[in-house]
Amino acid sequence: MKILIKIIFFLIIIPSKSFGLIEIDITRGNLNPLPIAVSPLSIDENSRQNFEKILKKKDIGEEISKIIEVNLKTSGLFNPLNKDAFLQAPDIANLKPRFEDWNLIKAQALITGKVSYIDEKLRVEFRLWDVLAGKEMVALAFTTVPTNWRRVGHIITDKVYQRLTGEKGYFDTRIIYVAEEGPKTKRIKKLAIMDQDGANNKFLTLGNELVLTPRFNPTSQMVTYLSYFRNLPRVYLLDIETGMQEVVGDFPGMTFAPRFSPNGKKIIMSFAKDGNSEIYTMDLENRIVEKITNHPSIDTSPSFSPDGKFICFNSDRSGYQQIYVMKSDGSNVKRISFGKGLYGTPVWSPRGDLIAFTKLHKGKFYIGVMRTDGSGERLLTENFYQEAPSWSPNGRVLIFYRETKTDDKGEGFSAKLWSIDLTGYNERMVKTPTDASDPSWSSLLSN
Amino acid sequence: MKKSRISNIDQGAIMKLNKILKNTLLIVFACFALSACATSKKTTGQMQGDVYTGTDTVEYLASGVPDRVFFATNESVLTTASRETLRKQAAYLRKNSKITIVLEGHADERGTREYNLALGERRANAAKDYLMTYGISSDRISVLSYGKERPVDSGSNPLAWSKNRRSVTVKAN
Repeated sequence: MKILIKIIFFLIIIPSKSFGLIEIDITRGNLNPLPIAVSPLSIDENSRQNFEKILKKKDIGEEISKIIEVNLKTSGLFNPLNKDAFLQAPDIANLKPRFEDWNLIKAQALITGKVSYIDEKLRVEFRLWDVLAGKEMVALAFTTVPTNWRRVGHIITDKVYQRLTGEKGYFDTRIIYVAEEGPKTKRIKKLAIMDQDGANNKFLTLGNELVLTPRFNPTSQMVTYLSYFRNLPRVYLLDIETGMQEVVGDFPGMTFAPRFSPNGKKIIMSFAKDGNSEIYTMDLENRIVEKITNHPSIDTSPSFSPDGKFICFNSDRSGYQQIYVMKSDGSNVKRISFGKGLYGTPVWSPRGDLIAFTKLHKGKFYIGVMRTDGSGERLLTENFYQEAPSWSPNGRVLIFYRETKTDDKGEGFSAKLWSIDLTGYNERMVKTPTDASDPSWSSLLSN
Repeated sequence: MKKSRISNIDQGAIMKLNKILKNTLLIVFACFALSACATSKKTTGQMQGDVYTGTDTVEYLASGVPDRVFFATNESVLTTASRETLRKQAAYLRKNSKITIVLEGHADERGTREYNLALGERRANAAKDYLMTYGISSDRISVLSYGKERPVDSGSNPLAWSKNRRSVTVKAN
C-alpha cells in the first residue's frame, strides 16, 4: 500500500519566451485536434542499458514519448502524428529541428527530448517547438528516481497542455474508484487506485466489506469513503501512503456521502437517523461536529464550492430529488434545479463556475452541468444508467460511471468508468481491470 | 418533417398517404391498447401500480409471517398489504419477545447511489415506526440501509425493480 509520491523535481531550465504562437481554444468542442509530432526522446547507449537493467524497458526514451502521445490523443485536443513519417533522428531533432521536415508531415507542434542516466537518477529534458514559426516554446528538464518514469511522461504532457491551451493540465493525476466483481446480487467491491491513464492499478481494500464513494482530499494523500465494516455503514478516512484507516462518522446511525472541504480540514457528509438524512461537517483536527441542514426530507450528496463559502447538495424537500445551494453555515437554502426530471449528485467545479450533476428524465440518465445559480443547464451525455461525475483538477473533463442493462437471461450487466469533455465531446471509456464505479479524480500531484 | 421529405409528390398523393397513415396508426394504436391490457392483466398478479405484490422473493419469519414489504418508486409509504405484513410480524415478535431484528432497507438500481442509501434508510424506518405502534420496542429493532447495493433480482426491468424496492425484516439473534 505504500505509494511513491516522494519525488523531487529539479527545474533546470525555465520556460523560454512566452509570446505564444500556436494556441488551442478548449472552451469549444475541438473537432480539429492540433497535429503534433512526438519525437521519441533520444537516449545514449550507456543510459539505455542502465535503464533496461533497472526498469526492464528496452528503450525508456521511447516509452516516455508513448505516454505523452497517448495522453495527448486522449485529451481530444491533439492529433499525435505517426512516427513512421518522421524524417529527423530524435537526437538531432532535439538539438535543432529541421522545421521544413516537420512542416512537410503537417506537424504544427513538435516535442523532442533526451533521457540520460546520471548518478542512478533519471534525467529527462524536453522541448516544445512551434513548427510554423520555427521557435522553441518550452524547454524543461527533470531529475528523479527511475521508477518515476511514467510520471515524467505525464508531467511533460501537463507542461505541453498548459503551454498550448493556457490552462493547467490533468495528466499527472490519479483516480480512486470502486472495483467491482461478481454477480449483481452479491457484488464484491474494493477500493482501487490508478494513474489517470489506467496504469499502476492497485487495490486498497480486500473486498471483505462493502465500500462505496471514495473521494480524495486536496493533497490527494487521504481518501474519505463509506465502508460497511461490521455491517455498520460509516464514513472512514484512509491514508493512502500508510494504509491507516479510521472511522470518522461514528454517529448512532448511518453516515455516508462524504467529501472533504476545499482546505481538507473538514469532512462533510450525511447522517441518517429515524428516516431522516441531514448534512453535517466534522472538523478533522478537533472532531467538532456541526449540523448544517435541518429539514425532515432527505439531504445528501453535499459538495463545497472551491472557496468554501457555499455547499451544493441533493434534497427531496420539494417532493423529488433536486439540487440546492446554501451558505456553508446552512443558511440561505436555494433550489437551483428547475428542469424536467430528477437531479442528483451535484459536485462543484474546481474552477467554481459550474455544478456537475446526474439527471433522470423519462427513464434516461444524463450527466450535465449548470451554473451555480441553476442557469445555463447543459446535458453532456445520455445513457441507460450513469451517475457520479467527478471533475478533473482543471475543471475541463468529467469522469463518471456507467452501467449497462441486464438482459432477460440475466446477462449483459457491466459498470465502467467514462470521461467526457465539458464541451460534450470526446467521450471515452477509461479502462480498468475489473468493473468500476464511483470515480474520484485527484488534484495535480506536482505543480 | 413529413413535408420536407416528400415535397416532390403532388398534394393529392399526400392527402391519400395521410389517410392511409391515419388508418394504420389507428389500427396500430388499437393493437397496442389491447396488448397493453393483456400485459397489465398478466402482471396484476405481481404488481399493483409499481408496487410488487408477488411472493417470488418472499421468505418467512415463521409460518404465515412474510419477511418483507415493498414500495413504490421513490416512495417510503407503506401500502395496505405492507401494513398487514408488518402487523403479522409484530404479532410474531410480541409472542417471541427475545427475538431482535434488523430492518434492511433497499432501493432499486434506477437512482443515484447516495440518494438511494438515504431512501433505503427511510423505508426501513417506515417499517420500524409501524412495528413500534404495534408494541415492538425500538431497542429490539436496528435499521440498516443497503441503498441499491443488494438487489434480490438482478434484472433491469420494472418487475425486477419492484422486487428490489423493499424493507426486509431479518432476525438478528
